[in-house]
Amino acid sequence: MAAVHHPDNGIDHEHEHHGPPSGIMRWLTTTNHKDIGTLYLWFSFAMFLTGGVMALTIRSELFQPGLQIVEPEFFNQLTTLHGLVMVFGAIMPAFVGFANWQIPMMIGAPDMAFARMNNWSFWLLPPAALLLISSFFVPGGAAAGGWTLYPPLSVQMGMGMDMTIFAVHILGASSIMGSINIVTTILNMRAPGMTMMKMPLFVWTWLITAYLLLAVMPVLAGAVTMLLTDRQFGTNFFNAAGGGDPVMFQHIFWFFGHPEVYIMILPAFGIVSQVIPTFARKKLFGYSSMVYATASIAILSFVVWAHHMFTVGMPVTAQLFFMYATMLIAIPTGVKVFNWTATMWRGSMTFEAPMLFSIGFIFLFTIGGFSGIVLAIVPVDIVLQETYYVIAHFHYVLVSGSLFGLFAGTYYWLPKWTGNMYDEGLAKTHFWCSMIFFNITFFVQHFLGLAGMPRRVPDYALQFADFNMISTIGAFGFGFSQLIFLYCIIKCIRGGQKATDEVWEGADTLEFTDLPSPAPYHSFETAPKVK
Amino acid sequence: MGSKVTAILVWVSTLILYPSMATAERTDGILSTVNLPAPGSRIANEMYDLHMYVLWICVVIFVGVFGTMLYSVIVHRKSKGFKAANFHHSTTVEIIWTIIPFFILFGMAFPATQTVVDMKDTSTPDITIKATGYQWMWGYDYLAGEGEGIKFLSRMSTPREQIKNEAPKGENYLREVDNNVVVPVGKKVRVLLTSNDVIHAWSVQQLGVKQDAIPGFIRDAWFKADKPGIYKGVCSELCGKEHAFMPIVVEVLAENEYTKWVASKNQESAEPAVDINKEFTMDELKAAGEKVYAGNCAACHQANGKGISGTFPGLDGSKIAVGPKDDHIKMVLNGKAGTAMAAFKHLSDVDIASVVTYERNAWSNTTGDIVQPSEIKAFRN
Repeated sequence: MAAVHHPDNGIDHEHEHHGPPSGIMRWLTTTNHKDIGTLYLWFSFAMFLTGGVMALTIRSELFQPGLQIVEPEFFNQLTTLHGLVMVFGAIMPAFVGFANWQIPMMIGAPDMAFARMNNWSFWLLPPAALLLISSFFVPGGAAAGGWTLYPPLSVQMGMGMDMTIFAVHILGASSIMGSINIVTTILNMRAPGMTMMKMPLFVWTWLITAYLLLAVMPVLAGAVTMLLTDRQFGTNFFNAAGGGDPVMFQHIFWFFGHPEVYIMILPAFGIVSQVIPTFARKKLFGYSSMVYATASIAILSFVVWAHHMFTVGMPVTAQLFFMYATMLIAIPTGVKVFNWTATMWRGSMTFEAPMLFSIGFIFLFTIGGFSGIVLAIVPVDIVLQETYYVIAHFHYVLVSGSLFGLFAGTYYWLPKWTGNMYDEGLAKTHFWCSMIFFNITFFVQHFLGLAGMPRRVPDYALQFADFNMISTIGAFGFGFSQLIFLYCIIKCIRGGQKATDEVWEGADTLEFTDLPSPAPYHSFETAPKVK
Repeated sequence: MGSKVTAILVWVSTLILYPSMATAERTDGILSTVNLPAPGSRIANEMYDLHMYVLWICVVIFVGVFGTMLYSVIVHRKSKGFKAANFHHSTTVEIIWTIIPFFILFGMAFPATQTVVDMKDTSTPDITIKATGYQWMWGYDYLAGEGEGIKFLSRMSTPREQIKNEAPKGENYLREVDNNVVVPVGKKVRVLLTSNDVIHAWSVQQLGVKQDAIPGFIRDAWFKADKPGIYKGVCSELCGKEHAFMPIVVEVLAENEYTKWVASKNQESAEPAVDINKEFTMDELKAAGEKVYAGNCAACHQANGKGISGTFPGLDGSKIAVGPKDDHIKMVLNGKAGTAMAAFKHLSDVDIASVVTYERNAWSNTTGDIVQPSEIKAFRN
């Protein structure tokens, strides 16, 4: 136990006769979960900025009616790649980065179960990203059929679509390996005494997320493979003239796609469930119901996929089934929101940046949840499907949901990672700017959707002009606010007030109670005892 | 004290009055820009009401939950010396807040179910119209009921100059077409949807209709307009680069007006059709072909025939346009699988003959070939 309470900070530990290689080789060959976590996080931030530039180009074109800065086909490429880059390049790898850094430390394990595979899972990402980005420069440009890649439109595209399909294959392989690693680590490498129902909620949400990934990434791979053979090898899976069915692609895609949206939100639920009790200085309310709620959301996510397709022309019974199943998801999600509120209730709260982002998360994610209920009602969905209302809905759950969760987690654990406190003033500025500009950007899109503005259009009727202008201004504000985040992180890495080992007064998970700040390169070589 | 009470009263009355305002004056004033447009059919009305009903339930829950949280954020602060309590679960409370939402959801699902069943009942229509999605226009065939046999294509009529900001935008910018879909008021119209190329969606919000048009399959939807007027819609499924530019305009006429419209349409088609065996001159074909080209081909291949590099091949000097005539005609008739080049079989023999002639003799193409409608007819057989 002595080794746990007074571990050596450096790498010159007695078991460690050689240090890691320095320079680029350190990062290429690393099998250390902290190094790999860092790689994932920086990669996802780079992708976040790339997807953000695409978003701002889209919003610039939509600043006024008429075509000003991009042609329609390039506009479609931008919307497609913005979606793919943000989903597969920014949000998902960022959560895997958190899993790498945090899961071993939170369960008292020395590293991830498969350290070399961990390296491989990360290094698959840059080639995939390169394929996606470079597809803009091939003849015909990038894929322009929307991130959902619906055929027959996606069959019409040039080689940019094949590059996208290949990139999706690689990203899927990476996700599957990452998930196997996470599941194995959690199930086998917990410190003695840490039973499943004592695991921190972040670990629980990732365990469930990893199972979701294992279940659906192969489904996506299957869908895009069929697309590839339809495009290149004369098959007719999705071509009615050859006996296929374009709607089948949508069923397969959304069978992946709906669990996918929970893959992007469950780990954020986990982060928020760590942050709120810490800053309320009070135990999480209803721990076990949180675990059951997360599992229920995951299970339900497999039976609601067709609510993305209410307008394809399904039988009445199918529409009703998917409406009811979708509405049921509100129950476990509601339980989570109530539990967080009850955790805050009669706590002794302080409001540092992680707490601000967590409260912002609950507040705005709930708005996204409510617009989700509105969209679940089939007759209302018929009016709102494929309009800006849908855009507003999923940006409320993905930006102010997943992304705010990521921000909360970053500020929460950054002092543990770097050993330095971040600049609280800058972080709070980042929060308030993000909060305000986010709402300026996306709240008005509800109105645009209700009034009937379709999504994925580079130009629109004059009645939509005012709200589009407001939305574009908000988008630029939100985009530039993220530079505050970048500056704040770099400043924290380079120095600042030293963080205590506990970092936060109310923190009670192993990385805060049993490890110094910054966490040593190799932690928990001897497992801690969990009471 | 007084100001607080007043503030609370204002809030409460706003909360109560706002929904009633919204339902009473559906389109007037400021609300028209932040809510659904005025419904024009019974189903659209039900959709509107369902949306308001669900929205207000959500608002009430939202205010309840976040009111509680806000109180907690203000009062339960360390800076105010508040000491943390020690409770961390309560089975009773957790069961209650699992069960109550269930009943609320039931209350939402019940009326919605009735509308879904209604919405999907396309039986016993008065008029049946087939709408076909093309990249990028709609084709309409009146299949049954009054007006049977009428067919036409409907393209956006907003000029390119307005889109490119070279001319001031008209009031119906992007929401106007050359041929409106005309239907009578108060009659059940069944719309059959299909597509010629990729997936489109036929959507008219105020009539409560949105249905995907899927190539190779037929889907259906229905509406019954309450009063005469113009109802506008848009293609609601990404269908390529001109997706933003294929609007839908439904013109609802009084019954006798509709009968007149049908008569005039029938007269048009009864007029002696162009004799396809007639020999046309090069000038006639080129002049007609230029128009067909502008309406069907220029979106991709561009008016100057140069195409868009890397995406859409140019026709100026292309292998097809100056190569053998038969290959050129086949390409226009059947399209090219796996590319954005759709089949244009739906155009008339005269149109195809003119456009092929035009393409072979426009820009720097000088094949001198004349394609007669009779040749196209022969090809089709």
